Amino acid sequence: MTSVAGRAGGRTDERVAAGGLLRRLLIRPELGAVVGMLVVFAFFASQSAVFRSPAGIANWLDPAATLGIMAVAIALLMIGGEFDLSAGVLTGTTGLIVVTLATRYGLDVWSAMLVALVVALGVGFCNGMMVTRTRLPSFIVTLGTFLMLQGVNLGVTKALTGTVQVSGLRRAAGFEEARAVLAGTIQIGGTPFRVAILWWLLVTAVATWVLMRTRAGNWIFAVGGDEQAARAVGVPAARTKIALFMTTAFAAWLVGSILALRYTSVQANIGIGQEFIYIIAAVIGGCLLTGGYGSAIGASIGAVIFGMADKGIVFLGWDADWFTFFLGGMLLLATLANRLVRRYAEEVRR
Amino acid sequence: MILEARGIGKTFGSVLALRDVSMGVEAGRVTCVLGDNGAGKSTLIKILSGVHQHDAGTLLLDGEEVRLAGPREALDRGIATVYQDLAMIPLMSVWRNFFLGSEPRRGLAFDVAKARRVAREELLAMGIDIRDVDQPVGTLSGGERQSVAIARAVHFGARVLILDEPTSALGVKQAGVVLRYIARARDRGLGVVFITHNPHHAYPVGDRFLVLNRGTSLGEYGKADITRQELTALMAGGAELEELEHELRREQ
Repeated sequence: MTSVAGRAGGRTDERVAAGGLLRRLLIRPELGAVVGMLVVFAFFASQSAVFRSPAGIANWLDPAATLGIMAVAIALLMIGGEFDLSAGVLTGTTGLIVVTLATRYGLDVWSAMLVALVVALGVGFCNGMMVTRTRLPSFIVTLGTFLMLQGVNLGVTKALTGTVQVSGLRRAAGFEEARAVLAGTIQIGGTPFRVAILWWLLVTAVATWVLMRTRAGNWIFAVGGDEQAARAVGVPAARTKIALFMTTAFAAWLVGSILALRYTSVQANIGIGQEFIYIIAAVIGGCLLTGGYGSAIGASIGAVIFGMADKGIVFLGWDADWFTFFLGGMLLLATLANRLVRRYAEEVRR
Repeated sequence: MILEARGIGKTFGSVLALRDVSMGVEAGRVTCVLGDNGAGKSTLIKILSGVHQHDAGTLLLDGEEVRLAGPREALDRGIATVYQDLAMIPLMSVWRNFFLGSEPRRGLAFDVAKARRVAREELLAMGIDIRDVDQPVGTLSGGERQSVAIARAVHFGARVLILDEPTSALGVKQAGVVLRYIARARDRGLGVVFITHNPHHAYPVGDRFLVLNRGTSLGEYGKADITRQELTALMAGGAELEELEHELRREQ
């Protein structure tokens, strides 16, 4: 048995000195996404002058922002070991509630948004309760709420309007103020940028802080990594998961409100199919499908890649149909890269 | 004597899992609980750690009779248990695991700097040679994980440390490492209960030895009263003695 006293005396161990910085960079979950973002940017920027102009950047940051808000919330949930397939359609539900209440029931926009928030948090709470109480896979539980919300969105909209959309939010009281806050633009260097971009940055920053610098963040990693072990040391696992589902619902409310205020009308089928885009962005950003690992910044970068490809293909004059092909390729590459990086990170330390 | 069991018994339905077992845990001493599989070792430690309640005999903590309602109460009274599966999250770093569930706070935030520093200090104080507290627990060896779990229990104010077969899944060298940390915990004044079925692990570090067989006690011995050979013989019984002696001879 060698004595550890001598080695323990120094602050750093000789075994971490070499390659420590490189490895620390490599094991960051968002590394793959950062490399992907740089490659995608370099590709489109070299092909299109519009793409790299301030106006172009404002253009592709816009879809990145609304997707990014959702992807960050979904990333937290996935790190916590759960999925939410109802998140996409919930953006539609909240938008429909805001427009319907503000145009047909005389509420001002702010009150309508408040009601939509309460409903959204209720849906998130129900999702969380069902998952934690029944121990069923959240994939199935939220698939159920997804389908139910889809039916409600269409059914109620048709019953009220006879069509599949609600519109006319512009006439509602408080519209201009709410729009300025959530769906307006700000001038940066003479180029108008969507305010949603600021909300997205704020959501990313708060989520990163919670994840890395709060007890709740530690609990999120723990319940996703090994729920039994987390419970054994006193982590309130059910409470953490329910809060994560409610966070996702909150993000859906924010995005639903932004989109409703921007377009002043909401289609009853909006948001359907988006739930997988959120998961894809989170996975490109380094989240493990099995939970316990990932980052909020990574999910945001995944959303940026999505936004760049979405608009870049249009700038290049390509057929937009190629977009999903590109997205699928990115997803596969990201998953493979993440796996390699993680393996390297774990093996090299033995 | 911090913790003492007198004539403890436990039945599950018609099964007598434990019958009239007595043992004591002193500060700065290691009490080893030995026995083959099914001897009642886990029932005994589950009573000591509050998971089960005894239905015969008395349990005394600091000389007062207690009945532990659950693991949380045991923990609050300073009885910490490190189970084989350890309750650690492989993908999380050592310092995050160290404070999981009891994170130090600074305002609203998790005091990350303090957590890192204290985790490193506590591990060093136990003489635990972890390369980097930022590395995921999944990259540690089995012995290192046991050691971190022991250091965590010590840090969170355990007076009695119950270790459930900490060496059973480990190789010889790794087991030696864990035994050394058991000795360190003892030297820091904790009363240690060390459960094992390996007398070679128990004898070097133990001060008292309780041998269980089929739910009953074969006696509690001080180190002066029993030799390693006698302990092995007591545990194994006559039939396997010869083979075990052979093993023992090769190890020495």
